[in-house]
Amino acid sequence: MAVVETRNLTKVFKQGELGAVNDVNLVTREGEFLVFLGPSGSGKTTLLRMIAGLETPTSGEILIGGKVVNNLSPRDRRIAMVFQSYALYPHLSVYNNIAFPLKAQKVPKELHRQKVEWAAGLLGIGRLLERKPRELSGGERQRVALARAIVREPAVFLLDEPLSNLDAKLRTAAREELEQFQQRVATTTIYVTHDQVEAMAMGDRVVVMNFGSVRQIGTPAEVYDDPADTFVATFLGSPPMNLVEVGDVIVGFRPEHFFPVAQLAGRAAMPEDLRAVDREGPYFPLSFRVSHEEYLGAERILYGHLEGGRFHQKKAVSRLSSTHAARFESGSVYAFAVTEQRLKFFDREKGVRVPPVLDILRKP
Amino acid sequence: MTAVGRQRWLGPAMFLPSVLYIAVLIGVPFVLAILYAFSDARIGTTGIHLVGLENFRSILHSPSFHKAIRNSIVFTLSAQVIVIVCSNILSVALEKPFRGRGFIRFLILLPWVAPVSLGTIGWKWILDSIYSVFSWVLITAHMVKPYAAPMWLGEPHLAMASVVLVHCWRLIPFSTVIMLAGRSAIPKEIPEAAAIDGAGFWRTFFQIRIPIMAPILSVAVLFGIIFTFTDMTVVYILTAGGPFDSTQTLPSLAFATGIQGSDLAAGAAISLFLVPVLVAVAYLMLRVAHRAEVV
Repeated sequence: MAVVETRNLTKVFKQGELGAVNDVNLVTREGEFLVFLGPSGSGKTTLLRMIAGLETPTSGEILIGGKVVNNLSPRDRRIAMVFQSYALYPHLSVYNNIAFPLKAQKVPKELHRQKVEWAAGLLGIGRLLERKPRELSGGERQRVALARAIVREPAVFLLDEPLSNLDAKLRTAAREELEQFQQRVATTTIYVTHDQVEAMAMGDRVVVMNFGSVRQIGTPAEVYDDPADTFVATFLGSPPMNLVEVGDVIVGFRPEHFFPVAQLAGRAAMPEDLRAVDREGPYFPLSFRVSHEEYLGAERILYGHLEGGRFHQKKAVSRLSSTHAARFESGSVYAFAVTEQRLKFFDREKGVRVPPVLDILRKP
Repeated sequence: MTAVGRQRWLGPAMFLPSVLYIAVLIGVPFVLAILYAFSDARIGTTGIHLVGLENFRSILHSPSFHKAIRNSIVFTLSAQVIVIVCSNILSVALEKPFRGRGFIRFLILLPWVAPVSLGTIGWKWILDSIYSVFSWVLITAHMVKPYAAPMWLGEPHLAMASVVLVHCWRLIPFSTVIMLAGRSAIPKEIPEAAAIDGAGFWRTFFQIRIPIMAPILSVAVLFGIIFTFTDMTVVYILTAGGPFDSTQTLPSLAFATGIQGSDLAAGAAISLFLVPVLVAVAYLMLRVAHRAEVV
């Protein structure tokens, strides 16, 4: 087990161009599950490949277990990696795929079978050992790749979108399994994904990246509830946070915190989300002209525009639980509200979070 | 004609040229060769007079024939080993981009696109007993005495080595192109995974790359065997089989006996000895091609 640290890590592929990774500083914790999250092209995979030793940094340092590893080859870094394509050796049986790292690292031959069986058992693929990779399903291949990664007990796991080749249903199951597996082996893990659900569900902490820079590092709750800037605010959440420009600031609020007021008062059987709003203290009223509604089973998404005052004609989205019974007519205006403590404020120029300036909203 | 009628004729019509080509240019000579091998045909004889296995009996007792078989095997195997090793090295060197890679690839391909006979004539001059550039370099570098320069094509072992090397010079480009294609068909994550798993260059090369490339590698080897085993251009132009039959291979012996020696029947019989080897290679190639499709 070990801690991974990067210091001012930068990778520039073409001189004069913006780096793929720019000045990244981060430190994992012992045994942590750290997720790199970002859209494609955000540099998350390049960052992971530099940690693995597959790309050479342009500048900066990488430390694994307190030791600078910049000049070490991948095999000397005590890491294991699972690739998006799994990169199983197509000509070798599952057994030999898993045993390959043992052979390459010159582990005594008599230990091979025992270790391979241990790794295969941990992932429930003991019965597949004689098969070739092409005879396996996507989920089975992913497990073989994981077994190959754990068999030599690395200090750090690096996982590059290992679930993206699985179908949706399998992905949820695999996600849960992977999470439990990581807790059991308690090896520091860095996981790259562009899927925010995966990141939120699995990560102890999430590193949100864009254009090669780290925008925010925090627990899933922190990055979701307290985004550091407008990129994080809109990248996380579906639909993303409502952002409304008001003077020098941008006001942000999550669609699920944007409710019809009509039902806030006096109903005994008030849905849970509304009662929560009630508990959260004073709210800020907003008029909302609903243009259309999407019914998604568990939830309802209302699209429309704000009306009146400084918010006139600004787009907004509301997300309500389907337990919420009220009907909304297209084109009608309804009284909505956001609790004041749920409002986030961002600098209009730089997009970064600023302290709340509630007064600005109250001006006509 | 109706659409259905047209369709019925279109297929065979498109197919016909290749059938004709194979029948007239390959089928007829092949049948003739078999016929001649069992006859006493000479240049100028009319009609065919069968003599049974007489031709085979006499060539099997001929020392030149034994030598030609041995030479063919040496020529083919040594050329293949050199070609495979060199083309692998070249494909590794040419895989990653570097300044001038395109130009170097072009240079390496040149021997393959140049006409064989012209290239070989160039080599004949390079290896000439009087004007050889190699000898000149060795003499100038004081590595050999001026009057004792090696006779590249005049001493049995040197002649064989020269023939093999010139043939390799010709085949390496083709093999390199196949290897390059094979290497670039391997997803880049696989050698990367091997690097992370702890494998060095050689282990990755022999335990990962070569086995994954095995189907394409065997295609290169089998093609190479056919090109080498049936080749007579290089041998004929450089040495014409000499000195003392030391570079005579089956095809060149068949040509020398059948055409130059005007004993058509014996030449045909000699060339028929190529058939079993070529059939075996063709069979293997078809099997490999089939396996490569399945994977």
